[in-house]
Amino acid sequence: MMIDYLPLLILFVVAAVFAAIAIIMPSLIGPKNPNKMKQEPIESGMIPFTDARQRFPVQYYMVAVLFILFDIEVVFMYPWAVLLNKLKVFGLIEMGFFLLILLIGYVYVWRKGAFEWD
Amino acid sequence: MNLPHIDFSVITPELIVIATALVVMLAEFVGAHATPSPTRSHRIALIALLGLVLAALAAVAGLGRAATDIQGMLVADDLGRYLELVVLLAAALGLLLAWDYLPQFTKMHSEYYALYLLAVVGMMFMGKSTELITLFVSLEILSVALYVLTGFHRGQLAAGEAALKYFLLGAFSSAFFIYGAALLYGDTGSTHLVDIAARASGGFLTLAGLALLLVGFGFKLAVVPFHMWTPDVYQGAPTPVTAFMSVGTKAAAFVALFRVLQAAGVSYATWSLVLALLATLTMTWGNLAALRQSSLKRMLAYSSIAHAGYMLIGVTAGMQLGLSAVLFYLFAYAFMNIGAFAVVSLLERPGYHATQDATIDAARGLFARKPLLAVVMAIFLLSLAGVPPLAGFFGKLYLFNAAVQSGWIWLAIVGMINSVVSAYYYLRVTVLMFMTEADETSFLRSPLSNATGLAIAVAMVGTLLLGIFAGPWLQQLGQAALAFAGS
Repeated sequence: MMIDYLPLLILFVVAAVFAAIAIIMPSLIGPKNPNKMKQEPIESGMIPFTDARQRFPVQYYMVAVLFILFDIEVVFMYPWAVLLNKLKVFGLIEMGFFLLILLIGYVYVWRKGAFEWD
Repeated sequence: MNLPHIDFSVITPELIVIATALVVMLAEFVGAHATPSPTRSHRIALIALLGLVLAALAAVAGLGRAATDIQGMLVADDLGRYLELVVLLAAALGLLLAWDYLPQFTKMHSEYYALYLLAVVGMMFMGKSTELITLFVSLEILSVALYVLTGFHRGQLAAGEAALKYFLLGAFSSAFFIYGAALLYGDTGSTHLVDIAARASGGFLTLAGLALLLVGFGFKLAVVPFHMWTPDVYQGAPTPVTAFMSVGTKAAAFVALFRVLQAAGVSYATWSLVLALLATLTMTWGNLAALRQSSLKRMLAYSSIAHAGYMLIGVTAGMQLGLSAVLFYLFAYAFMNIGAFAVVSLLERPGYHATQDATIDAARGLFARKPLLAVVMAIFLLSLAGVPPLAGFFGKLYLFNAAVQSGWIWLAIVGMINSVVSAYYYLRVTVLMFMTEADETSFLRSPLSNATGLAIAVAMVGTLLLGIFAGPWLQQLGQAALAFAGS
């Protein structure tokens, strides 16, 4: 029973060893030529021009949350679409209900004015 | 590929409540009352109430017919039907309390009633789940809805604190629950309670899994030592929500606990001792802490902890004897506790920003001001204390009787001592109402609205009738319990 999990254990060990090597080796054998840009906390090739901690309009938050909701909805439809031939009418009706419930949520946020920027 | 067969008659009441919740969500956009007003709130509440009544009718119509479906994940037996009825009763009473309470402090009426109905759905599903993942999902449905409802009074700091505490601790306990489910799955290879009962090894995995599930349940039931959130949350939440969740969550979690324990795969001797100790701790701590409270809602919160302890005595007594007693107690508790909260909601000072919490002093001289209301409140409190011939007395009688019959004599004695202790703080409020003069600390919201009056009247009649017809009603519930224990 427990032997079934052996591959999983091996995977964990391999992952840990790989991570350890990736962290330790560069500090041992890598060249070190520090400059200002390289010593930024996040080295992205861009020089930061302002502090990251600043206020931003709360509308962004609204848009992001709504995006996630309706994005997940579409993700949910992929496996359903693949199996639609086998699910037949039953699957179609079930997805209809799923979309109906989401649509009610959509109408709600729309009428509440969540899509208006101001 | 085999398509799952779905018998929708198993979940008719739930479907009705879900449909109502969706209608309620859109109701505020329809018609002339587009702007927030008490009238609009009443209209939405009426739709929600109709949905609850329809669902209750569907539940009653299903009595006597047991069916398992949705791939064996849900069962509609009489136990589940009665649980639905308790939850719907508590929800309807709580809704009547919110009728005039809600428009006083918020403009978000659709949201309140939609979330409220979804919490109801979660509780109903929880009591009918026969599979751990379904159980977990329904637990989350009810929890998430209640987290939001707890913080609904946005102008108050206490409400925000309560919602955050409830959310963080609730999420933590959910993690315990799902970890327990995972261990049981690891032990048996299935999340269905039937399979777990058949295949559980009874070894370390089973015990650890069951213990973790018990922590999750203990949190929802507010069992000591998992009760820390209860006073703050009950105090910070709007009073109608407190009234509803103190009964509904307990009912759903107790029935689900019975289902899990029946399938535990661990001997009765093992888990009953743990539950007996938890019951002792819960009763004693709840009652002792309630003695020291000066806020009415906090006092009732600790009293609800104590009552969870009494009901745990019934769980300890086992399926045959304890279950019908616990079911009876849940009905009695729904009437008397929501009734008491209804009167408390009238003692709170209205206002958006001001603290609304009612202290015990607010009840001063209530008898001189509103004699009938004082008498009714006294009856609710006496019933909670367990004075005959009220519903609460018979509830405790049956619980202690079940304990004695199954050999837990010391537990019954602890329960009785606790009842005596609890009488002190219930009577303290009664004495304040009847034997002191009204002064500047006393308060009563007036005039008494029809909806609140109706809720109090229903709770009152229920408390009295359950006391008078206790025997026949217990027999009725006993049949459901027997059908469950025998299955």
